[in-house]
Amino acid sequence: MSREAILGGIRRGLKRGELPADQQAMLRHRLESHPRHLIPARSRLPHDGQVALFIARVEAEFGTVERVPDAAQVPAALMDYLAGQNLGPRFVMAPHPELEGLPWADHPLLMVERRRAEGTDQVSLQHGYAGIAETGTLMLPAAPGRPTTLNLLPETEVVVLHADRVVGAYEEAWDLLRAENRDALTGGFMPRNVMLVTGPSRSADIEQTLELGAHGPRRLHVILVG
Amino acid sequence: MHVTSPAFKANAARALADTGLQKALSRSGPSAHAKRSRAVAALPEFERLRETGRDIKNHTLANLDFYLEAYAAKVEAAGGHVHWCSTAEEARAAVLEICRKAGARTVTKGKSMISEELGINDHLEANGIEPVETDLGEYILQLRKEPPSHIIGPAFHLNREDWEDTFRKSHIDLPFDRSFAQRRDILEEARGRLRARFLAADVGITGANFLIAETGSSVIVTNEGNGDLTQTLPRVHIALASIEKVVPTLEDCTSLLRLLARSATGQDFSVYTTFSTGVRRQGDLDGPEEYHVVLVDNGRSNMVGTEFQDMLRCIRCAACMNHCPVYGVTGGHAYGWVYPGPMGSVLTPALVGVDKAGHLPNASTFCGRCESVCPVKIPLPKLMRHWREREFERHLTPPTQRRALRLWAWLARRPEAYRLAMRLGIGALARFGRGKGAFTKLPGAGGWTEGRDLPAPEPGGTFMDRYQRQQRGRRA
Repeated sequence: MSREAILGGIRRGLKRGELPADQQAMLRHRLESHPRHLIPARSRLPHDGQVALFIARVEAEFGTVERVPDAAQVPAALMDYLAGQNLGPRFVMAPHPELEGLPWADHPLLMVERRRAEGTDQVSLQHGYAGIAETGTLMLPAAPGRPTTLNLLPETEVVVLHADRVVGAYEEAWDLLRAENRDALTGGFMPRNVMLVTGPSRSADIEQTLELGAHGPRRLHVILVG
Repeated sequence: MHVTSPAFKANAARALADTGLQKALSRSGPSAHAKRSRAVAALPEFERLRETGRDIKNHTLANLDFYLEAYAAKVEAAGGHVHWCSTAEEARAAVLEICRKAGARTVTKGKSMISEELGINDHLEANGIEPVETDLGEYILQLRKEPPSHIIGPAFHLNREDWEDTFRKSHIDLPFDRSFAQRRDILEEARGRLRARFLAADVGITGANFLIAETGSSVIVTNEGNGDLTQTLPRVHIALASIEKVVPTLEDCTSLLRLLARSATGQDFSVYTTFSTGVRRQGDLDGPEEYHVVLVDNGRSNMVGTEFQDMLRCIRCAACMNHCPVYGVTGGHAYGWVYPGPMGSVLTPALVGVDKAGHLPNASTFCGRCESVCPVKIPLPKLMRHWREREFERHLTPPTQRRALRLWAWLARRPEAYRLAMRLGIGALARFGRGKGAFTKLPGAGGWTEGRDLPAPEPGGTFMDRYQRQQRGRRA
């Protein structure tokens, strides 16, 4: 079988057989303890500084950010954003409890649909799991309340993120996921899909010149709460 | 893919005479340098991270069998399947079998160099399944029936007029006189064409930048979002990956990701970095129901434990080709197979044979720029030199060159004879060149003097002669 052929070829190259049990145990320990390497100083800041860095990095990557003091203001902020971009009031929303709990009823003009996205959707409202200040990156792990298609199909993606979910480096976001997420299928923490999103979709394939809005959203707007 | 590397010299001559290609290369090269330099300058830890990246990959390669087995176990625990394939043929068969079982008629594809290496598209087409490339650059190349010329910017060699021309000829249902006043119009048209294909596909095939043993995840890195649509919308996702893509943990992967985009496009981070782990979970509203990893060796395990093992550290950022003076004038197609530039000059002989690809490691001045920008510090010039040695050992070098190399080797090992030969040669050149200053022609070196003059040696003998005279003068 090819599995044995490939592993055998590697072991021949390394001039050894299967690793002895003690070395395997050491490598298993490395996997379980997943040691961190050098983390750039850029994000080693107090939390306020990390939030400021996050905002600056999102904007540098052609995203936009609006800060609201509390979650109850998200629907109004969304309405203003859509109007400002000349977009209609219809949007598809991630069926996440935190988004469900917002006062949508106070804004009857907004037309909310709670589902995954389809090819013709114009606007999505996604729940942000974490923000990574280092590069202005959103962590969006798939979940029943956070469908992946919302990050991909609509022309405009709006992400609601709590400011206290902004961390400095990617490693800290992985540790949040490790601590908080339980995957029923594997018993581990990884869901089917984790997207790290840094700005709106783009391509430089035509003459190495950047154009926004390739296949994914051409606008990425973050409503930062708190 | 058909190998035209044996014709590298003719390919390169053709490339040099291709004005469209030269225009594209002179536009893209310098801008790629500037982008990388800016990104590197903005991260003071970059040089230390290169060492970290090298060490992570070396650790993984030294324990590659262990990490591959650990990875495969995690994929299977998440409801995925790992198909171990020793050869390209096995990998093609595995992909076809999965597509057939899925009853696939069309397959969308994210950009993948291993797919080019395996010849997946031709194989699917020959078996009645339509592959649709969705990366913008790969899409136009599929329309033009051309291979990629660069590992991250496949349409590196095309100019805007080529895009317009190809779209007008291929999208014949659209009005022929439509305007492409801006690059954005080209992008819009491709987005519109491909959206329907994304939604209709039965299977999505992507490559993988990394595989993670800790979690059983495959990672793709894109800017367009096409890879994500490819792996999210169809019922079946196939990830193609070669065995050296595995890394131990998310932390290891994260450190390498800090190097990848900066080295590749000069971005701090690519737009979409996505970790796929198994099948759609209960309650998920989207995502594939089947997840397959086609894990390909295709000659790589033969490199383990040899002087070429360092090449398996490569993370396919393309910094080496972006900074290569040879690639900068020949472009990628001249290299004659899937991987161009310095990394291709090392990898291609390993995967298709030095008998076919021996020209590639010879087409280098060993200027060392590739090694100086490599994010995982692969000693590319040294590895190219190893291929030249292998070529010589296997008697693949042309007879004249072999005789010249033998003569040089004989002299280089005998300092007295070497100095005498130099004294005679340089003395003769100095005598003939007296008053001329430089030679525009030299017997036996026509190829060299065609493009430049050889400065005539100044009178006074060789370096060693002068040095000895100076030393004697000092003592006196």
